[in-house]
Amino acid sequence: MTKFALRALLGRKLRTALTAFAIVLGVATVSGTYVLTDSIDKAFGSIFTDSRKGSDAVISGKSAFKLGDGMGVSAPAFDQGLLEKVRALPEVAEADGSVNGEAQLIGKDGKAIVYGGAPNLGFSIARGASPFNPLSLVAGSWPGKNEVVIDKSTARKEHFTIGQNIRVQAVGPVQQLKLSGIVKFGSVGTIGGATLAGFDLPTAQSLFGKPGKLDEIAVASKSGVPTTRLLGQVRGILPKDTEVRTGQAQAHEDGRDTNQFISFLQKFLLGFAGVALFVGSFVIANSLSITIAQRTRELATLRTLGASRRQVLRSIILEALVMGIFAATVGLFAGLALAKGLFKLFDAVGFTLPNNGLTFETRTVVVSLLVGIVVTLLASLRPAMRATRVPPIAAVREGATLPDSRFARYRSTASVLLAALGFAALLWGLFAPGLGTTGVLLFMLGGALLVFFGIALLSVKLVPPLAGALGWPATKIGGSAGALARENSQRNPQRTASTASALMIGLALVTLVSMLAAGIITSFKTSVVKIWKNADYAITAQNNFSPIPVAAADAIAKTPGVISVGNVRAGETRAFGKTINTTAVNPATTRMFSLDWKEGSGAVLATLGEDGAFVDKGYAKSHGLEVGSPVPLTFPDGSKELFYVKGIFAPPTGGSPFGPVTISAASFDRHVDRPQNLYSFVLMNGGQTTANEAALDRTLRSFPNTKAATRQKFIDNQISGLKSVLNILYVLLALSVVVSLFGIVNTLVLTVFERTREIGMLRAIGMTRRQIRRMVRHESVITALIGAVIGIALGIVLAALLIARVDFIVLSVPVGQLIIFGIAAIFVGILAAIFPARRAARLNVLQALQYE
Amino acid sequence: MSETVAAPTASEARAPSAGAVVSARDLTRRYGEGDTAVDALRGISLDVPKGQLTAVMGPSGSGKSTLMHILAGLDKPTSGEVTIAGTEISKLNDSDLTKLRREHIGFIFQFFNLLPMLTAEENVVLPLSIAGEKPEKAWVDELIEKIGLSDRRKHRPSELSGGQQQRVAIGRALVSRPSIIFADEPTGNLDSKTSGEILELLNRSVQELEQTIVMVTHESRAAAIADRVLFLADGVIVRESKDISAQDVVTAMDELGG
Repeated sequence: MTKFALRALLGRKLRTALTAFAIVLGVATVSGTYVLTDSIDKAFGSIFTDSRKGSDAVISGKSAFKLGDGMGVSAPAFDQGLLEKVRALPEVAEADGSVNGEAQLIGKDGKAIVYGGAPNLGFSIARGASPFNPLSLVAGSWPGKNEVVIDKSTARKEHFTIGQNIRVQAVGPVQQLKLSGIVKFGSVGTIGGATLAGFDLPTAQSLFGKPGKLDEIAVASKSGVPTTRLLGQVRGILPKDTEVRTGQAQAHEDGRDTNQFISFLQKFLLGFAGVALFVGSFVIANSLSITIAQRTRELATLRTLGASRRQVLRSIILEALVMGIFAATVGLFAGLALAKGLFKLFDAVGFTLPNNGLTFETRTVVVSLLVGIVVTLLASLRPAMRATRVPPIAAVREGATLPDSRFARYRSTASVLLAALGFAALLWGLFAPGLGTTGVLLFMLGGALLVFFGIALLSVKLVPPLAGALGWPATKIGGSAGALARENSQRNPQRTASTASALMIGLALVTLVSMLAAGIITSFKTSVVKIWKNADYAITAQNNFSPIPVAAADAIAKTPGVISVGNVRAGETRAFGKTINTTAVNPATTRMFSLDWKEGSGAVLATLGEDGAFVDKGYAKSHGLEVGSPVPLTFPDGSKELFYVKGIFAPPTGGSPFGPVTISAASFDRHVDRPQNLYSFVLMNGGQTTANEAALDRTLRSFPNTKAATRQKFIDNQISGLKSVLNILYVLLALSVVVSLFGIVNTLVLTVFERTREIGMLRAIGMTRRQIRRMVRHESVITALIGAVIGIALGIVLAALLIARVDFIVLSVPVGQLIIFGIAAIFVGILAAIFPARRAARLNVLQALQYE
Repeated sequence: MSETVAAPTASEARAPSAGAVVSARDLTRRYGEGDTAVDALRGISLDVPKGQLTAVMGPSGSGKSTLMHILAGLDKPTSGEVTIAGTEISKLNDSDLTKLRREHIGFIFQFFNLLPMLTAEENVVLPLSIAGEKPEKAWVDELIEKIGLSDRRKHRPSELSGGQQQRVAIGRALVSRPSIIFADEPTGNLDSKTSGEILELLNRSVQELEQTIVMVTHESRAAAIADRVLFLADGVIVRESKDISAQDVVTAMDELGG
C-alpha cells in the first residue's frame, strides 16, 4: 500500500507539484521570516556586542522610569566630574567618558543624508587607541577639535574625501567640521542604513548641547579583578542619577529596543506566513478532494481487492505526508531567496535593515518543516475521510458518486453556526471588558478563523446565484463559450466554492486593510482640518515624525515675516503610576489650534503658566479629573511636580497632537534634558506666499533635517508614511492571493482533465481551440469573482466591526480601491486560466473522445 | 440440445448445500420506493459448486449484474441471504467484509480496473500486498507464465493491449487463490479473437487450478466453457443448463427476448 501511495503521487507529478506549491509559498514565508529576522538579530547583536567589547562595566545616566524609544527624550546626562573619581578607583585600569546623540550629516547638495529610516549615530571618541573604541580607522586620523570621522559606506556614497569640510547638525544649528578620517565599525559592513559620525569629546559635547556632561563612562578593570568587585566599587561612588552595568548587560540593554523591534517584525511576518498557509490549506484540501473524486474507481478497486477503509485512509494521508515533506523542504530553501527579497523590499520602501549575511538556524529548519507537514496533513484529513467512504461497488458502476457523510445534512446549519460562532468570538474579543491584549488577540484570531471556515462552507449556497449573476457578462462577451463557462462554474458548487474561498480569504484581508487605512486617513485629515485653525506652515522633521531641535523653532521665530511660532514638545512622564505621553505647548499655540473644549477654552493654551495642565476627556474621566484637580507628574530626571487641570478637551476621532496631559513648554523645559519639538506651527504676515516659503526655507537651511509644509502638504506628508506601511501590507497579502491563484490553476487543470471527453465532444461538434480557451478562462474569472465578491463583502463587515471598537478611526469605504481589487481578481482569474486553457485547447480530438 | 433442468424454486432447498462455495437463498433487491420502485431481483436461490465455472446470462435489465454484486457482497439484498465460504455476509460490517474479500473473493472487471502506476507484476500481486502477505515467488512466476505475460512483467497497463490487461486482471484475481472469483463481463470490452483467448484462460483456471468462477456475460461462446449456465429474466432464474453449446445459448437468449 505504501508503494501504491507513492506511485500514485509520482503518477500525477504535475498535479502533485501544483498542489504542493500552495504549501511551498507559505513555508517559504515562515522560513524566510526566520532567516530575515535571525540575520538582522545577529547583525545587530554583533553591533551591540562589538561596541561594548572592551568594557567590563558601563556607567550611564539613569531616568526615573523606563523610557520608550523615539520620543525625543533620553536619560539625562551626568556631570563629567565623575570620570576622574572612577579613574581614581583602585581596581580600575582605564575609564573613558563619552556623549552621543543623533548627528545629522549634510550632503554636498545641502540635504540631510538619510538612508531609509535608519538613525544617524553621533558619538564622541575619547581616543583612537582606547580599548572601548569599537571603530577601526580605514584612512586618515582620529578626530581632533572641530573634526569628524565618518563611516566608510557613507563616505563612499557621498564622495567625501579626507580634509574636506562636512556640515553636521545635532541639537543646535549646523556646524562645519573637517573630515579627519574614515572608520569602519567592528566586523559589520553596514549598520543598516545608519550613518556614523565620531568627534572628540569637547566637539561632541558642544554639538549635543551637553557641555561638561557625559552620557556614559566605559570602565576596564585591572587584570584579575572580578567584575562583581569592580561593580561594587563603582557603585560606592555613583551619584543617584547614574547606574552601572557590566559591559555585557549594557550591550543587552542597548539592544532592548532593537530586539523588541525584531521580535515584532518576526511576529508580524509570521502572521502573514500564517495567512498564506491557511489559504494554502484550503487549496490543498480542495485539490485532494477533486483528485479523490476522480480516483473513485481506483480506490473502489482497491477496496474490492481487500483494502480496508483504514488502508485507504492511510494511503491518502501517506500521500499528503510525502507531499508535505516535499513542499516543506522546497519551501524551506525558497525561504532563503525570500529573505533576500524581503531585505530588498524593505530597502525599496525606505527601511534599510542591517545585513551581515543570511543566518540559517536549526530552529528555522525544524519549524518550517513541521509547519508545512502538519498543515498539509490537516488539510488532507477531510479528503482522506471522504476517500474511505468510496464503496467497493464504485469499481463496477459507471459514474458512481460518493455517498454523503452521516453529517452531510447538518452541513448548512453547521456552517452558519461556525460563522456565527466566529463572529461571536470576534465581537467578544473586541467588546468584552477586562480582556488582556493576549485575550483580545486570541479571540479575534480564533473568531476570524471560524468566520473564514464558516463562510467558506456556506459559500456553496452562494455559488449558484453568484455564478449566475457574475457569469452574465461572460455570456455576453464570450458567446456560447461564455455561457458554457457559466454553466460549468455552477456544475459542482462545492468545488467552485472551495476554489473561490482561498481567494476570498486573501481579498477579505486586503479589503480589511484598505478599509482601515481609508478610515485612518479620513479621520486623520478631518482632525488636522479641525485642529489646524490659524497657522500657515508646520515645521516637521524630513521623515515627518522625528523630534526636531528647539533651535530650529527659535530661528524660525526670528525669520522676517513670521508673526509667531507655536511649538508642541513631546516626551514621557509618569502620572498615577503609569508612564504616559506628555506634551507641552508654548502660549503662541492659542492662536493656532482649535480644540473642542469641554471645560475651559482656547485661552488655556496661553495661560498654562508654571503649574497648569490640560487633559483629554478620556483621561479626565478615567482618573476622575476636573478643573482644579492636581496631576502629579514625575519626569525622567526623577523630579516631581504637581500640575493643576485648567481645561479638558475632547480630541477629534482622528486623534490630536496632544498626549493625555499637556503642560506649558516652559515647565516642560525645566525638567527635561535637551527638549525637542514634535512640530512647530508658524503664523506669517501675508499667509501662505512664495516669499514666505522662501524665507522659511532660507532659515531651515541650517536645519537640514527639517522642512516646512502647508496644511495640505502636512497632511500628505503624514499620510505618505502610512501609505508605505500599507504597501508593505499589500505586498505581503499578495502572497496569499498568489497561493489562491495556484489553487484556481490546480482546480482548472483537474477539471479540464476530468472533462477530457466532453471537451473532445465540443471540439468534434465544431468548437474552435480559441472558444475552448475562452470557456476555461471565463470559468476561471467567474470563480475568481465569486471569491472577490464574498471576500470584499466579508472584509467590509470585519473592518466595520473593528472600526466600531477603535475610536480613532471613522468608517470610510474606499470604493475606488475596492473596484480595483475586483479588477485585480479578474486578472487573477485570467492569469490562472492561461495554462489550463492551453492544455484544454491542445487536446487531440480523437484521443479525447476515446479517452476512458 | 442437452439436458435442461428447470430452475430450482425457493422451496426446493432451504439450507446451503454442502460443497457449495457460494449460496444464495430467496434474494430480492428493490431499487427506489413507492410507485417508482423497481424489483431487480425477485426471489433467487442458487448454489455455486466448488471448482466449476458458472455463467450467468440474460438480457439487459434481467438482474444478472445486480445478482453478482449481491453475491460478491458489493451490494446488499433487500431480503434473503448470501453465504460465501460458510459465512453469511448480509450482516457483516465493513471490516469483516474486507477480511472476507481478502481471503475468499477475487474480481475480474469489464474495464480491467488495473492501477495505472503499477507494473503488470505489481498489479498481479497487489491483493497479497494489501493483505500484508509476501508473495511466494514460485507461485507468482507460475501464474505469470500461465497468463502468458512472462515478457511483460515490468510493463505498465498503458503499455499493454486490452487482452493483455485483462490477463493481468485474471492473474490478480487468481493470485490469492480465492474461494471464488466473480467476473463481470470479462470480455465485454474486447474484440472477438481476444475474447476467445480470455475465455480459454478462464477455462484453464478452472481445469488446472480448480478455481471456482461465477461469470456474468453476454458472450454466447462463454457457454461452451461453462459447467453450468443460469439464465435470468425479470429478476428470476428461468432456466439452468449444463454442458450447453453456444448455439443453444443463442436460441435460449432469443426465447428470453435478449
